[in-house]
Amino acid sequence: MTTATAVIAASQVDIANFSASYGSTTAIDDVSLTIPASSVTAFIGPSGCGKSTLLRSINRLHETLPDTSSTGSIRLGGTDVYGTGIDPVVVRQRIGMVFQRPNPFPAMSIQENVLSGVRLRHHRLSKATAEMLAEWALRSADLWGEVKDRLGKPGGGLSGGQQQRLCIARAIAVQPDVLLMDEPCSALDPVSTVAIEDLIAQLRREYTVVIVTHNMQQAQRVSDQAAFFNTAGAGLPGRLVEYAPTERLFSEPAEQATADYVAGRFG
Amino acid sequence: MAVASILKSRVEVDEWRNLVKARPRTLERRRRLANAAWLTAITGGFFLAVAPLVSVLWTVVSAGLNRMDAEFFTSSMRGVIGAGGGALHAIMGTVQITLASAAISVPVGILAAVYLVEYGRGAFARTLTLLVDVMTGIPSIVAGLFAFALFSLVFGPGMRAGIAGAIALSLLMTPVVIRSTEEMLRLVPVELREAAQALGAPKYRTITQVVLPTAASGISAGVMLGISRIVGETAPLLLVAGFTDSMNYNMFSGRMASLPVFIYSQWQNKGIDAAAYDDRAWSAALTLIGFVFVLNLASRMTSHLLTRKSR
Ligand SMILES: Nc1ncnc2c1ncn2[C@@H]1O[C@H](COP(=O)(O)OP(=O)(O)O)[C@@H](O)[C@H]1O
Ligand SMILES: [Mg+2]
Repeated sequence: MTTATAVIAASQVDIANFSASYGSTTAIDDVSLTIPASSVTAFIGPSGCGKSTLLRSINRLHETLPDTSSTGSIRLGGTDVYGTGIDPVVVRQRIGMVFQRPNPFPAMSIQENVLSGVRLRHHRLSKATAEMLAEWALRSADLWGEVKDRLGKPGGGLSGGQQQRLCIARAIAVQPDVLLMDEPCSALDPVSTVAIEDLIAQLRREYTVVIVTHNMQQAQRVSDQAAFFNTAGAGLPGRLVEYAPTERLFSEPAEQATADYVAGRFG
Repeated sequence: MAVASILKSRVEVDEWRNLVKARPRTLERRRRLANAAWLTAITGGFFLAVAPLVSVLWTVVSAGLNRMDAEFFTSSMRGVIGAGGGALHAIMGTVQITLASAAISVPVGILAAVYLVEYGRGAFARTLTLLVDVMTGIPSIVAGLFAFALFSLVFGPGMRAGIAGAIALSLLMTPVVIRSTEEMLRLVPVELREAAQALGAPKYRTITQVVLPTAASGISAGVMLGISRIVGETAPLLLVAGFTDSMNYNMFSGRMASLPVFIYSQWQNKGIDAAAYDDRAWSAALTLIGFVFVLNLASRMTSHLLTRKSR
């Protein structure tokens, strides 16, 4: 016998009727979609359609900017992250994020960067645990081989692609359920991009990955399902146009706008 | 059609060549003249600015060397009439008063700047910024009078102590520390704060673990700047720390000498052997300049060390 409510995976993200604004401009309007656990979901669409805003709303980073607001709900494993009594800091501890530009902490060494999430949360680590955790995170980010001999050196000395993988290591060192990536490759060269894409393919086994990308090929290569957002014009709210398994979204889009966008006719 | 357009562009190219070729003599001449004029003005301005500085430095060094001896740095003026004696009491006084002002100004200034940059919003923060601006412009004598009034009210009139001088000076130093720290904190990219927050760091941890360390070298430079601002202050110290010929290690009781006041009093109250007083004044001035110089060097070194770590 099945119950009415299906079991919700701990790291599934349900977005329902969600809107977010900067002051009086609505950046993303009335979005509903379900991001399944342990898979890669791509957000695509032209610039300014609110992909970053929606992504930053999932870990409640949107509200840290002055004069911003949002309505609707975003559930992580069934719990509304915007519910009363929910501490945004705790939400962010379960939802990691990687930004467009690699941003390792300049005042910290490579190892300190990897462990920064843990230390920022006030947890103390023994030296042995710290080393183990750093090695595990760096291995997971496919960076261990390149940095194992210079863990004490500043992260700023690495190449852009290495810095971005360091940021990924930093994000997964705190073992989040969800990993948000906002155009993680757009500041990187093609070789580093391939490295990050390979990494995403590995990460999807353990994490729910949401990636914003402008690169159609990348979306097709890395994602299991894709959401196409669009806006009627600059300054107008972005809307979810179509959400489907990636293969179907690209091969037989239901909407004309999606077809035009994935074919490169605008955006 | 294609031929016509090519011809047309040929013509344009020729015209352009002619223009370029025709212009050099007159244009080149004008350019060189203008260049020379500007170079003269800029170099002249530079020398105009530096000449008094060099002159002051030269005078102080040449006159100050007379008494740069061991006695000057190891004895006070206690019981000295005429030649001999030293400025140890004034040096120690300056060191103590400066350290005490820094101990007040640095924490207050950094915390205020953190508030303004990380938390302050709206009218209150704007008012605070305005007040800091006003404070930056306070004449030092006013700071001295404030400390004088404060200590007179609390301890009775005529109270003199090193700590009163330190409080007066901290009034001058705090706005400098706030301003420079504020600027340094604003230079820390928003991305770093967001990265820390996205890692699940509470805001205060983000500030103490990421923002402040990233801005550390700039903040330390600002602190040094603040110290340089106060180390040569005379008026407030004359008013509230007073002057003495003897050593005084107690900040909280009794008059305390300082280098600027020492210079002033040596100059002002010359004894029979006027040259001895002049020499001591110059040497104290040289010592003071040395202080500022060492501070600047130290600030450069700390910021160099701190930024090298981040590269
Ligand atoms: N910090 C901000 N302040 C005000 N408006 C913003 C801010 N960030 C984004 N916007 C606006 O919100 C809309 C969506 O932006 P964004 O989410 O960055 O789009 P995308 O990531 O899809 O390019 C745009 O119209 C943009 O101008
Ligand atoms: Mg974006």
